[in-house]
Parts: sequence; C-alpha cells; structure tokens
Amino acid sequence: MLTDVIVSILLIGGAFMSLAAGIGLLRFPDLLSRMHAATKPQVLGLLLVLAALAVETGSWLLLPVLFLCWLFQLLTSPVSALMVGRTGYRTRHLRRELLTLDELDDVVERAIVDQAERQRPAGADGADAGVQDGPGGSAGAAR
Amino acid sequence: MTIVIYVVQSILALAVMLALYRAVVGPSILDRALALDVVLAIISAALVLTMIVNHHLDHLILLVVISLVGFIGSVAVARFLTDRG
Repeated sequence: MLTDVIVSILLIGGAFMSLAAGIGLLRFPDLLSRMHAATKPQVLGLLLVLAALAVETGSWLLLPVLFLCWLFQLLTSPVSALMVGRTGYRTRHLRRELLTLDELDDVVERAIVDQAERQRPAGADGADAGVQDGPGGSAGAAR
Repeated sequence: MTIVIYVVQSILALAVMLALYRAVVGPSILDRALALDVVLAIISAALVLTMIVNHHLDHLILLVVISLVGFIGSVAVARFLTDRG
C-alpha cells in the first residue's frame, strides 16, 4: 500500500516533468528558452520515473542498472544540448532582444580582432584574396 | 493505482502531443530536433510505465538505446547544420 503511494507520487512527478517540457516547448519564444524547458524530462523526469520503477520492483540488484540508464542519459544530454545551443548561436536562431546578457559576444569580438591581427602579416605578403576572405572566415571560426 | 496509471498515461499523451506540435510547426530545424529529443524522453518514461504496469524489466535496454539514439540524432543535426537555417 505504501509502495503504491510512493510509486504513484513518483510517476505523477515524472509525468508532470514531461508535461512541463511540452508546455515549455509550446509557449517559450526562442530556441534557447525552449532548450531550458526540454531538459526537464530528460534528466529529472527520467530520474523520478526510474525511482518509481526501483520502488515498485524493490530489489537492490536492479539499482546499479537503473543508475547506469540514468547516468547514460546524464552524460549524453548535456553534450547534445551544447551542440544544439552552439549551432543555434552560430546560425542566429535566438532573439537577441530577449537576452539580458550575452557573455559570448565579448569573446567573439576579441577572437575576431585577434584573428585579424594574426592574419595581417600573412596578408602583407600580397594575398589580397586571403584578406578579403578574412572577416567571414574568422567570424565563422571564432563563434 | 489503476487510476494513477490512467492519469499518468493521459499526462504523457498530452505532453507528447505538445512536443509533436512543436516538431511539426517549429520555425527552425533545431527546434524540431529539440522537440523530437523531448518526444524520445517521454517515450522512455512511457516504457518505464509499461514495465511498472506489467511487472517486467525487459525494456531497460531500450532506455539506453533511446538515449543513445537521441544523442546521435540531435548531435548529427546540430553538427551538419550550416547558416542556411
């Protein structure tokens, strides 16, 4: 009886994480805020649901396997979120007016300036095409 | 317990509908990849629910496979996406 109650609470918690992600995906305005909503069922929702399975089964032998499942998701989801977020920043799939602070902007500016200074000696050798290619290529490499 | 299972099922169904709506409508391909990642997470939650209902552990390996597929899918989409949008 107590097991059923605990399992029910954990399951409903995990399901509400999924629902929160769905509502967040529907309502949030741009890619980065949607990514914020999307991580809830991937990590916390899966944790709650796997905990429900562990309580329901009630066997200690199962715990390492469930932890392995969760750990695998925990290792892979930040990497894919990083890739998606970086590509979103590069391809400008974000609404800048919604940002309070863009810490990456300064870094990109500095990297572009650095790269331009590094390319100046090479450009002085007489390769005009290389200099013209410079800003676009360095911006792409820096971001 | 049966009522709880129905409730959880309907919540998951609603969540997957919302995520699929974003996957269909989503303005950019990154939104779609993100929404399909959420759909995979909800599918793994539903797999755990079936394991709890039917008292077996056969789908545990599918959880690992699903997280692997979601990882490879979104990384591939993000990696090969260029400025075209």
